[in-house]
Amino acid sequence: MAASLSAHATRSRLRQLRERLVESLLFLAALSSVVITIGIVGVLAVESAGFFKQVSLLDFLTDTQWTPLFDDAHYGILPLMAGTLVTTAIALVVAIPLGTITAIYLSEYAGYRTREIIKPLMELLSAVPTVVYGYFALLFVTPLLQKLLPELPGFNMLSAGIVIGVMIIPYVSSVSEDAIRAVPMHLRESSYAMGATRLQTSLRVVIPAALSGIAAAYILGISRAIGETMVVAIAAGMQPNLTWNPMEPAATITAYIVQVSLGDVPHGSIGYQTIFAAGLTLLLMTLVFNIGGFILRKRFRQAY
Amino acid sequence: MEQLKALIARRKLFDRIFSVVGLLALTIGLLTLTALILDLAMDGLPRLSWDFFTSFPSRFASKAGILSAWVGTTLVMLVTAMTAVPLGIAAGLYLEEYAPKNWMTALIEINIANLAAVPSIVYGLMAIGLFVYTFNLGQSILTAGLTLALLILPMVIIATRESVRAIPGNIREAAYALGATKWQTVRDHVLPYSTGGILTGVIIALSRAIGESAPLIAIGALSFIAFLPAPPISAEPPFLSFQWLMDQYTVMPIQMFNWVSRPQEEFHHNAAAAGLVLLGMTLIMNGIAIWIRFRFRKRIKW
Amino acid sequence: MTPEIESTARAAGKVHLSNVPAASSAPPVKALVRDLNFYYGTVHALKNINLEIAEKRVTALIGPSGCGKTTYLRCFNRMHDLYPGNRYEGEIILHPDNMNIIGHRIDPIEVRMRISMVFQKPNPFPKTIYENVAYGLRVRGVRRKGVIDEKVEQALQRSALWDEVKDRLHEQAYNLSGGQQQRLCIARALATEPEIVLFDEPTSALDPIATARIEELMHELKERVTIIIVTHNMQQAARVSDYTAFMYLGEVVEFNNTNQIFTNPARKQTEDYITGRYG
Repeated sequence: MAASLSAHATRSRLRQLRERLVESLLFLAALSSVVITIGIVGVLAVESAGFFKQVSLLDFLTDTQWTPLFDDAHYGILPLMAGTLVTTAIALVVAIPLGTITAIYLSEYAGYRTREIIKPLMELLSAVPTVVYGYFALLFVTPLLQKLLPELPGFNMLSAGIVIGVMIIPYVSSVSEDAIRAVPMHLRESSYAMGATRLQTSLRVVIPAALSGIAAAYILGISRAIGETMVVAIAAGMQPNLTWNPMEPAATITAYIVQVSLGDVPHGSIGYQTIFAAGLTLLLMTLVFNIGGFILRKRFRQAY
Repeated sequence: MEQLKALIARRKLFDRIFSVVGLLALTIGLLTLTALILDLAMDGLPRLSWDFFTSFPSRFASKAGILSAWVGTTLVMLVTAMTAVPLGIAAGLYLEEYAPKNWMTALIEINIANLAAVPSIVYGLMAIGLFVYTFNLGQSILTAGLTLALLILPMVIIATRESVRAIPGNIREAAYALGATKWQTVRDHVLPYSTGGILTGVIIALSRAIGESAPLIAIGALSFIAFLPAPPISAEPPFLSFQWLMDQYTVMPIQMFNWVSRPQEEFHHNAAAAGLVLLGMTLIMNGIAIWIRFRFRKRIKW
Repeated sequence: MTPEIESTARAAGKVHLSNVPAASSAPPVKALVRDLNFYYGTVHALKNINLEIAEKRVTALIGPSGCGKTTYLRCFNRMHDLYPGNRYEGEIILHPDNMNIIGHRIDPIEVRMRISMVFQKPNPFPKTIYENVAYGLRVRGVRRKGVIDEKVEQALQRSALWDEVKDRLHEQAYNLSGGQQQRLCIARALATEPEIVLFDEPTSALDPIATARIEELMHELKERVTIIIVTHNMQQAARVSDYTAFMYLGEVVEFNNTNQIFTNPARKQTEDYITGRYG
C-alpha cells in the first residue's frame, strides 16, 4: 500500500513539473513579441540619438531641404513628409470612396453568390506583392496617364498614389464591411418599415451606426499607405522634392530609406543615421494612427 | 398624391443608380487586377524559359535569369517558416489556453496588435541594428529569414488564436473531466482540431513574406548575386552543412526591383517575367491555403 | 441505516429518519459531504451542505433553476477549478481511503481519475468512436493495444452501444445520432472504471426514446458504480433514483429515499415543488 502511494506521489509530482515546464516555454514564446518591439524601438532610438546629437530637432522639422549626402548637407524632413503625405492623400482619394461604396454594395445590395465570388478576389488584390504593383505603376499606369496628361514625367506621385489606392481598397472595404454587418437588422428594419429605400437606409441609418468601425477602416488604410515602400520607390522616383504637386517626382520617407540602403553609405556615418531618424518619424506617424484606430475599434465593438 | 408618387420614383431612381455605381466600384478593383496580370503576361511570358530559371543575373538582359533569386527565396523562406511557425503557434497557444487575465497578458496582446501594423521597412531597420551588427550575423540568409519571420509572427499568432478560439468549451471540459492535464488537453485536442485554421493562416502569412522586399533591401541584400549559397547537403561528413545560412543571397522581389529600376527596356521584360513567377508562387500558396481551409471545414463542423 | 449515517444525519438535521428503511438493506457510504460551502467570487452559491452519497446507488439532485444542483455536482470532480475566482470550503470525504477531494493539497487530476462525468449536451471528441472511448485510458498511460481494445469493448457493452457500433469503431463519432453520441460519452466515462459517475442532466437534449434507453442503462450501471444525477425532470428522478435531494437557493432542503420524497415529503417547500406549485 505504501509503495503504491509513494509511486503515486512521484507520478503526480513529475506530472506537475512537466506541466509547469510546458507553460514556461509557451510563455517565453509569447514574451518574444514584446522583445521584438523593444528591439525596434531600441535600435531606432539609439541610432536616432546619434543623429540628433549632430542635427537639432528644429532644423530637422523645419528645414526645407533633405540632402544628407551632399557636401552642403541639409536635414529637413519636410520634403520627405510632403512626398509621403501627397502620395497617401492621392491613395485615400481613390481608396476611401471606392472602398466604402464596395463595402455598402457588398453588404446591403449584393446577393450571396456575388459576395462569395468577390471577396476572395478582393483578398487576391491585397495578396499581390508590392514590387509587382510598382512595376505596374511605372510601366502601365504612367504611360496611360501620359496619354491624358502629356507633360507628366516618367516618375511622378500621381501614378504611385493611384496604384497604392487600388492596393488598399481591400483593407478599407473588408473592415468597413465588418462594421456595417455588425449593425443589427432591427435598425434597418425600422427604417424600411417607414418606407425608406435601400440607399436611404444605408446612408442615413446603417453608415452612421457603423461610423466608428468605418473610421477604423480608413485609419487602417492610411497607416498602410504611409508605410508603403516599393510602389513609391519604383514609380515616384527617389529624389527628395518639397512639392505639393502630384505630377512631379518626389521621395517619400520609405523611398529615401531604400535609396540609402541601395548605396554605399558607411555604417556609423551621419548619412547612415539619417535612415533611422526617418524610420523613427515613420514609426511615430503610424503609431499615432494605430492608436486612433484601436480606440475607434474598441468603441465600435462596445456599441453592440 | 402626385407629389408623393414623384418623390418615391426619384428615390427609387437614386437607389438604382447607386446599385450601378456599386457594381462599377467593384469592377474597378477587379479590372485593375486583370490589367496588371495581362500587362505582366504580355511583357513577361515570352521571356519565360528553362534558361530563365537556370541562369544567373547578367549584364546582358537576354542572358539574365532568376536562378540565384528563386534559390535564395526558397532558402530564406525555409528559415522564416522554421522560426515563425513554432514561435507563433506556441505564443498563440499560451495566450488562448494559459494566460491569466492580468496586465502582462494585456500588454502582450496590445503589443501584438501594434506589431501587425508597423510598416515592413521598419523591421528592416531593426534588423540592421540587431542582426547585422549587434549579433554579427551580417547580410546573410539567416538575417533575412529571421527578419521576415518577425514580420509575419503577428499574423501566425493571430491565426492560431482564432482557430483555437473556435473550439467549443464543452470539448475541453470533456477532456478535463477524463483526467487530462492542461498540456494533454492542448496536445491531444486543442492543437489537432485547430490545425486546419492554423495551417491556412501560416501559408497565407508565408505568401506575404515571399513578396516582401522592403525590409531586405534595408538590410542591404544585394541583387547582383552570380553564385549560389553553399549546398546544405555535402558529399563528405558530417553530410549536413549550415554554411548556407551565413552566405549572401538575393530573393525574387529584389531581383525584380533591380531589373525594373534599370532604364533599358529589355530588363523590364525580365522584370515582368520575374513578376509572373512571383505572382504565380503567391497565387499557388493562397490557393493551397484556401483548399486546406475547405478540407478541414468539411471534416470538423462546430 | 448504519449507525454512522444515522448519527451524522441527525446532527445535520437534514435527514428524517422515521421513514428511512431498516438497517438490513442500508448501503455503505461512498462519499460524505460535510459543511460544504462554495463561492463564485463573492457569490455564496452553496450553503452548508451535509449529505451522504450511498455506494452503488443512484442519488438524484432536483430543484428549480438556479438552486445550485449543477454547481454542487461539479464540486465532485473539481470542474470549478478550471475557471478563476472559485472557492470551496468544507469537505467531501471519499471512502474507503478518506480523501477529501476538495482539499487544497489534492490534485484535481487525481480526483477526476476516480470520478467521471457525463454532460448535458453530448460532447464526443471529433475523433473515431474507438478513440473517444480510449482517450481516458491513454491519459492514464495505458499503452498496450490489446488492453485498450478489451476495455473499449467492455465500456461500449456496458453502455449498450456495442452492438450498434462494433463494425464501425473507426468511423467518426460525429456520424452517430444524438442518443448514440450520449451513450458514447457514457462509455467514455466508464472505460476508466471510475468509482462515481456524475450525470449532469444527461437526457435533456435527447428525444424520449433515447431518454428511455439511458434511464434503463442506469439501472444496470449502478451495480458497478455510484451514480449522482442532476435532473430538472422530476419524473425522471422518481423513475431512476434510490435517494433524492431537493435543493433550493444553494441549500439542501430535504434528503431522503426517493419513495418518501415523492409520496410523503416532510417539508412544505419540497411538496410545493413536487406538485408543481412553483418551478
